[in-house]
Amino acid sequence: MTETTVSEPIVVEEQETRPGYAGQNVPRKEDRRLVQGEGVFFDDVKRHNMGYVHFVRSPYAHAKLRSVDVSKALEHPGVIGTLTGDEVALLTDPFFQISSPPGAHIKDFCLAVGKARFVGEPVAAVVANSRETARDAAELVEVDFEPLPVVSDARSALDDDAPILHDQAGTNLTWEGVYEWGDLDAAFAEADRVVKISELHFHRFNSTPLECNGALVEYNRGTGQWTITTNNQFPGFAAIMMGPAMRVGLDKLRFVTQDIGGGFGNKITSHPQLVACCLLARKLNRPVQWTEWRTDFHLSMSHGNERWFEDTEVAVKEDGTLLGFRTTALDDAGAWLRYEPLGGVIWAQVTPGMYRWRHIRLDFKQVVTNKAPVSPNRGYSRMQHLWFTERVIDIVAHELGLDPVEVRKRNYIRADEMPYETPNGCVYDSGDYAKMLDTALELIGYDELDSRRADAELRGKLLGLGIGSTLDSGTNNFGQSRLINPELQFSGNNEVATVKLDIFGEIVVTLGTTPQGQSHETTAAQVVADILGCSIDDVNVRAGHDSYWNSHAGFSGTYASQFAVTGLGAVKGATDMLAEQMKKLAAVVLGCSPEDIELAEGQARMKANPEAALPFMALGAIINANNAGLPEDLDVTLNCRYVYRPPFQPPDVERKFGNLTLTYAAQVHVAVVEVDPETGVYEIVDYAAVDDCGVRINPQVVEGQVMGATAQALGAATHETFTYDEDGNLLTPNFYDYHVPHALDMPPLKTGYIESASPFTSMGTKGMGEGGGAGIHAVCAALQDALRPRGNPIVFDSCNPYHSVWELLSDPESSRQRVTVEPR
Amino acid sequence: MDVVTSQTIGVEVNGTMYERDVEARRLLIHLLRDDLDLTGSHVGCDTGNCGACSVILDGTLVKSCMVLAIQVDGSSIETVEGLAGEEQLSPLQQAFSDHHALQCGYCTPGMLMSATALLRENPRPSDEEIARALQGNICRCTGYWNIFEAIKAASG
Repeated sequence: MTETTVSEPIVVEEQETRPGYAGQNVPRKEDRRLVQGEGVFFDDVKRHNMGYVHFVRSPYAHAKLRSVDVSKALEHPGVIGTLTGDEVALLTDPFFQISSPPGAHIKDFCLAVGKARFVGEPVAAVVANSRETARDAAELVEVDFEPLPVVSDARSALDDDAPILHDQAGTNLTWEGVYEWGDLDAAFAEADRVVKISELHFHRFNSTPLECNGALVEYNRGTGQWTITTNNQFPGFAAIMMGPAMRVGLDKLRFVTQDIGGGFGNKITSHPQLVACCLLARKLNRPVQWTEWRTDFHLSMSHGNERWFEDTEVAVKEDGTLLGFRTTALDDAGAWLRYEPLGGVIWAQVTPGMYRWRHIRLDFKQVVTNKAPVSPNRGYSRMQHLWFTERVIDIVAHELGLDPVEVRKRNYIRADEMPYETPNGCVYDSGDYAKMLDTALELIGYDELDSRRADAELRGKLLGLGIGSTLDSGTNNFGQSRLINPELQFSGNNEVATVKLDIFGEIVVTLGTTPQGQSHETTAAQVVADILGCSIDDVNVRAGHDSYWNSHAGFSGTYASQFAVTGLGAVKGATDMLAEQMKKLAAVVLGCSPEDIELAEGQARMKANPEAALPFMALGAIINANNAGLPEDLDVTLNCRYVYRPPFQPPDVERKFGNLTLTYAAQVHVAVVEVDPETGVYEIVDYAAVDDCGVRINPQVVEGQVMGATAQALGAATHETFTYDEDGNLLTPNFYDYHVPHALDMPPLKTGYIESASPFTSMGTKGMGEGGGAGIHAVCAALQDALRPRGNPIVFDSCNPYHSVWELLSDPESSRQRVTVEPR
Repeated sequence: MDVVTSQTIGVEVNGTMYERDVEARRLLIHLLRDDLDLTGSHVGCDTGNCGACSVILDGTLVKSCMVLAIQVDGSSIETVEGLAGEEQLSPLQQAFSDHHALQCGYCTPGMLMSATALLRENPRPSDEEIARALQGNICRCTGYWNIFEAIKAASG
């Protein structure tokens, strides 16, 4: 193990501001195993005699299952067993539905029962002695499909002649809610202009983690317990979905993970496949292993929410002051509500975006269609809404002949207004958005924009600049789920950590989280080492998560931009407890008061006499192995557990009002594009990303998250799309057709930051892993800016591949028909 | 007559000789991961796009999901498990850590093999040459920027 060095000495003095590991680019503890191929991902784990699972999937987007015959598959050499929907319907209950009616009536099982509702939906499973044999045998399963009419466009889902996906619901409109705050009539009466935008479209994509889903599932017949070695990133959620469906208590489901190959939210809703594997492990009495194929991932897992914004009206003053807006959001959930309709409220965490408008109405309608089910994707639901607000800002600015920079600055919530209560009761904790914009523009060389435009023109190119200013709201108040379904008994949030001092002085930390690259082992160790006054090399943060041995709580997991607040809050709480106990114990041994003790340089020592010191090893040994004679009332275990619970109140369901997350990290991105007007081909020639996530524990890790979120946003803005034809066939089912950014696609990147400490968190940190999709907005805005000399087209879609840009250039008028400006 | 569907092959991986009976259709990546327990090389796409399975075969960079196991009979293969010395990481591995060129670490073994092959052929690559060398490797976490920095640092 290499020694970790930092530039500042580590000495802990109480009540003293001191240098330490926090704030430094400490090398990651995770790296040494990962760069040597010694990480342990679920597919690396093997068991004697394990079988391999392959799912038989529907080739139809909507079809009745007249029969499913597995007999030929069972006769195939090497096949161990099968599972069908008929068995599933007997052995399990439908998954719990988050939705209020009519979505609540949907009956969702782990395999299709009676009907398949999207291409790629699992209808049966085959287990064989090799993955190749399982795949071969799956071809022998005979399914008699009766194709049904298909609805693949959300805008048609509510037509009178649209096929109904779920008869029990009786409608494809599975959830709707009206959100209204302020006084819309007054705002529109006060407006000088009303800008109307008939339709904007946020497209369907996801983050496509490089490792697909999967699990190794073992069943212990003696205890009735399953051990599920998996890459699910929110085991607590999976457990509450799986346990009731499988008619077992949650403690029968043991989730184990070490390393996870990316998640980005896409690995939250693998519970149906995990249930199928559990049933097979029990039925066949042997371990079963399921590794999802890339095409299966694209066909069936966790697409991001596609959303249409219809009939938007914006109330604006002549000078660009934004008063309010109203719109209808039509959200396409795909075939099943596996995490939905939570997207119907998550967006409201950032209702006004970064802006001061107070009068807002949004009619949210979520429909089901014959496409893969959606579930969280980096920036979940807020990204769609923020893209909408950013599009509105730029369309308004352009149509009114105003500068998008000035419109933003005029309307941004100001630093001196923080903490700022939004119209729906969210409390933005801190930030200086205008300063972030200035920083980003400076990084990009905004002063020279005119000359760069002229230079591009000389080369036959159109140059444009666009801004994306977004929020990454983190640490959910799960009480917001009650705005979706008042019957739900969720609110608040929590996370757990344990910290103990072992017999030889080793500090051992366990987390309730399931990281997928977010460096939890490293940042947790930084916090612990600073509090205990020891070297980070002395802190062992256990890799991964095992729900039998890692203490965890209801909301434990790694999702929704919260570790720096919830996870590190729990680590700090547990370490503070341990430090107090260590001082108590040292005081007993050294014959003084705990207040006389300080922790420094790996010792507990008397402040007044540093020579009187006990190394951590001595403290660990005394409690664990040499404790005779200690006072009876000495309440010290040196094994401390802390549950961090953020200060939330349940929101007001009637008014849809309350603070929905604890922190609001901010991002301002600026993109500069050059477009070839003949072809629509464009290049991002310059890019700046400025982030404010409060206090940064490890700046390099923070910058890494910013870079990753930027790259994903650029991919989504330019190429990545799950496109379906009218028959419900996915046209981008692999990395040939679904183009993610490659090394050659990356623009030059400049990063900047400011640190506005959160007043609401124990270390001033804010969750920041998701970003807000700022790159999508920046590219859309930059394209619209670049194309203005060519008929002033309106960018109305979040994904703009070259052919779309060419269409805007060829026919700007049809895009312009989407926008009208009415004087008042 | 029985159809022969398997073959015994001998292959050297990271300096160790292995002999295995493999099915004709077995992919090299599955030979490495499932039969030899060398699980450092990963599968990300099944279609030769992502490069997580990249290894060096007789001195040439290949994607091991695009090679049949029986094709490597008599060959010598280098995988990520062979990069580090007894005590020390290779300069490239160390640079990946120093420059935060990995997050989840799933693409990293393939990235390291591609970069190793690049630096052997071209010890002082330009930015564009680095990007070209990595175009067959997908990373979803980092945006590649820190990977470029790491390779530049390792190239001295």
